[in-house]
Amino acid sequence: MNATIGQRSVRRRRAADLAVRATAWIGASIGIGAMLWILAEVARRGAKVWSWSFFTQMPAPVGEPGGGVLNAIYGTIVMTLIAAAAGIPLGFFAGIYLAEFGRNGRLAGVVRIIGNVMVGIPSILVGVFVFSVFVRPMGHFSGLAGALALAIIMLPVMARTSEDILNLVPNELRESALAMGAPRWRVILGVVVRAARSGLITGALLAVVRVSGETAPLLLTALNNQFWSWDVTQPTANLTVGIYSYAMSPYPDWVDKAWGASLLIIVGVLGATLLARLILQRGKEW
Amino acid sequence: MNPLQAVAHRRVRRRDAGPASRPARPLAAGQDAAFRWFTVACAATVVALMGALASVFALEAWPSIKEFGLSFLWSTEWDTQNDRYGGAVQLWGTAASTVIAIVIAVPIALLVALLLVELVRPAVGKVVGMAIEMLAAIPSIIYGMWGLFVLVPLMQRYVQPAIQATPLGKLPLFVGPPYGIGVLTAGLILSLMILPFVTAVSRDVLRMVPQVVKEAGFGMGATTWEVTRKVSLRYGLGGIVGAFFLGLGRAVGETMAVAYVIGGSHLFSWSITDPGYTIASNIANEFPEAAGDLHRASLVELGLILFAATILFQLIAQLWLRRVRKRVGGRA
Repeated sequence: MNATIGQRSVRRRRAADLAVRATAWIGASIGIGAMLWILAEVARRGAKVWSWSFFTQMPAPVGEPGGGVLNAIYGTIVMTLIAAAAGIPLGFFAGIYLAEFGRNGRLAGVVRIIGNVMVGIPSILVGVFVFSVFVRPMGHFSGLAGALALAIIMLPVMARTSEDILNLVPNELRESALAMGAPRWRVILGVVVRAARSGLITGALLAVVRVSGETAPLLLTALNNQFWSWDVTQPTANLTVGIYSYAMSPYPDWVDKAWGASLLIIVGVLGATLLARLILQRGKEW
Repeated sequence: MNPLQAVAHRRVRRRDAGPASRPARPLAAGQDAAFRWFTVACAATVVALMGALASVFALEAWPSIKEFGLSFLWSTEWDTQNDRYGGAVQLWGTAASTVIAIVIAVPIALLVALLLVELVRPAVGKVVGMAIEMLAAIPSIIYGMWGLFVLVPLMQRYVQPAIQATPLGKLPLFVGPPYGIGVLTAGLILSLMILPFVTAVSRDVLRMVPQVVKEAGFGMGATTWEVTRKVSLRYGLGGIVGAFFLGLGRAVGETMAVAYVIGGSHLFSWSITDPGYTIASNIANEFPEAAGDLHRASLVELGLILFAATILFQLIAQLWLRRVRKRVGGRA
């Protein structure tokens, strides 16, 4: 750099700087523009389809217009809830181990690395796994298998986030509680977890959001169902697989339904993400 | 006293209410041990699940591995009638679409990260950063809808004919009629999908560069770009490499968005404007109604290759990201 202090090179360096700034702005606009475009397209095409009957009716038979996606909404909610009931506590306690007991130990290191790797495993492979160990032995697709796949996807996400959040709790808090004679488990559950409450809720919510839009693993486990089913051991309708099969169908009415369901998913996912952020901010205030 | 300490006090005072708390000591130790082992069991589940995944994949893929051996990797056959399978089409489709995604997304992500960290006011950076996080939450099926119904017609009508009008169109990479669908379109969608993710990691990496180091550069009279290129990027090189591999891991296994636009063809073609298949999209389309055991095993073998690749990318990413964090001396 020392040889380039002449007037002309200063101009050239400034020009290079300006060029990079401009490219960065253009890049950012392309990225954000494309995203807005996607959202706008889904909103435009989906809103046309939204109606009272879209949310409250069963799918109409092939060729008949009208009908709704009530069974798919129900199926998605039920499977996500079952998955959350299994995946969140398991991941949460795994996170407690990592942050409170394991710390820098060997087992904790192994769990951490494997957890990170597992977060990156394509979700379709989890679907293949659950198909092999659950769907095939049972002989048919089922909502329970779908929930199992979703729970497996949630587990490492929840474990990693809860560890990160528990690590933010200052050590003085643990020490003061321990010094007063409280046993470890009460210190952890009563003090540390309480202090990290809002962060943990946010983490759990984000883990739920992450799986609620999953399609690939459900394709191999829950599949789909044209009819209403209370029984989670049967194939279960869900929004995401419904979107895929409707979008790939030759009927314009079904393609419309796919857009309507897409908008529903986006509203749900972005709404929950926003809610999670709000909870986190509330928690920070005090 | 802040509310956290208040909670701590209240909790503990209740226990210390009387002399009864003294003999409780061994009991507490027992409870502690039980609680500890319970959390160990939960943590071990993660490891056990990963082991189960790996062994199930190896086991289920075995018939195909035994039948086709190494030739599976370059055979372009996919014949459900005669039960002969090879993975060349899917491997090429996966590699090509991933490379396209990375080549487009990584430079843009780096520039946006630079913008967020160095060029805009912190308030603006925060808002844009939040938008990026929200966008990373959009499920892949939505990208697929947009890709199939918005991007594909555009590719078919404008982009692909335009490419073919240039000398590039003579290359084997671009020959063939403009279908709109195909490997190139899949790569474009993938690049959009990994963009928020790679941006977020790059931003964190650039943020980890200590302010004093950058200020030293500015004090020498360097421009923003020079500081970024010669100080920040070099300082955070490991992290950038990590972000690169994280993006790679995402793109390589992305399923639904690709399934919409890849076209689903088992005919091998070098052309990225032709329909093809990626590993993940092929599994999604054929696994639930596989023709037979060998067909299914071949799909699992493809899955096994994908599994190994994502693990490799993840480990490399973690290794490089850890290097930067270690140097900075904090957790990120």
